[in-house]
Amino acid sequence: MERHIQAPVSRGEISGLKAGDYVYITGTIYTARDAAHKRMQETLNAGDPLPLKMQDNIIYYMGPSPAREGRPIGSAGPTTASRMDKYAPALLDLGLIGMIGKGKRSESVKQAIVRNGAVYFAAVGGAGALLSRSIRKSEVIAYEDLGTEAIRRLEVENFPVIVVIDPEGNDLYETAGAEYCDLG
Amino acid sequence: MRMIDVADITQNIKEMCIEANHFLTEDMDHVLKRATEEERAPLGRQILCQLQENLKIAGEDMIPICQDTGMAVIFMEVGQDVHFEGGLLEEAVNEGVRQGYTEGYLRKSVVDDPILRKNTGDNTPAVIHYEMVSGDQVRITVAPKGFGSENMSRVFMLKPADGIEGVKKAILTAVKDAGPNACPPMVVGVGIGGTFEKCALMAKKALTRPVDQRSEIPYVRELEEEMLAQINRTGIGPGGLGGTTTALAVNVNTYPTHIAGLPVAVNICCHVNRHAVRVL
Repeated sequence: MERHIQAPVSRGEISGLKAGDYVYITGTIYTARDAAHKRMQETLNAGDPLPLKMQDNIIYYMGPSPAREGRPIGSAGPTTASRMDKYAPALLDLGLIGMIGKGKRSESVKQAIVRNGAVYFAAVGGAGALLSRSIRKSEVIAYEDLGTEAIRRLEVENFPVIVVIDPEGNDLYETAGAEYCDLG
Repeated sequence: MRMIDVADITQNIKEMCIEANHFLTEDMDHVLKRATEEERAPLGRQILCQLQENLKIAGEDMIPICQDTGMAVIFMEVGQDVHFEGGLLEEAVNEGVRQGYTEGYLRKSVVDDPILRKNTGDNTPAVIHYEMVSGDQVRITVAPKGFGSENMSRVFMLKPADGIEGVKKAILTAVKDAGPNACPPMVVGVGIGGTFEKCALMAKKALTRPVDQRSEIPYVRELEEEMLAQINRTGIGPGGLGGTTTALAVNVNTYPTHIAGLPVAVNICCHVNRHAVRVL
């Protein structure tokens, strides 16, 4: 099914999403990948406030290539989400509602998704040039010293993603291949 | 003896880093087009179409095909009648990478130490493999390697008794474990034989062979064709979201090995199987 959502997004609005739905996201999302997650975890451990609020926000696991003059961003496709598995449950428990990445998630992330009524989307890996066209604006808001791994606020328009793990915990990666598997 | 100024090496490597990150070789274009026609899953077809559109945008707008513009892996096949002048070859190669990644708006993805992890800021150093060959030319292959797929690569130290069936099982295990993480459809580079490090290097180099060129060794050719067919029956599909296109090619290289061993390396590459080749 094709759906459109406006980010940030409420739990009510995503509760109907099903694994396999094709979703276009418009609005504000944030980037963070390995180093930013590590630093956010250290910040939480120290009892300090995070550089962005998690409530109802979507994090895109992405570190872009540099923007050419006059463009908001360079190539901007998803990175492998499992590297953030260690950090994601704590952020989901703080209200993070969605993650965009690629690849499988751990059992503890799935449980945190279900516990919080959140969602995991995949964007097409290796399509960074195409995906960059849906990004209208990009601004570093924290951890600038991390370069491509800094936290960025993105304004996106019809950013295309697919629901992989829905709020009920259904996982598209576990079911999608079955129909085409012919190994006996 | 032929003299080559290392400044020429720098200039060429700079251009090749930019070229490889924006344009795939023709054989890759071809095989992606064919896969799009043959894919059975509707979502799989849609993803393959997006990948082709992505390649078009990358070339037209000069945006890297993938934001992970890789760690620069460089094969230098140096004719033994060549003498380099004007500086150190290794520094010239790294200078080419530095200029290519900085001036070409490529992502700087290299950290200075695997534990301390401070970004070097210019994507150096490259991983450079030198090989001495006959003649007075230098053949340079620049192969930027993304780590989504690199992380899913494996070395298996099999026993001689495991034989070809053991090799097939190893390849399939690596591909299945990689699944959606390695951005399928993948290109699978395999090295069989040699030692622990030799098989890994062969697997890496196998990725730079054109995907429409099969091995000249009959049993290896059969292995390549059989494994490609089997991988495409796993159901993993484009983006790992189901389908009949999981790999675009399986390239296998072999080398003599020890009486006690059967090393197998599986180096997985995503559909952005990048390399640029020049002969100086």
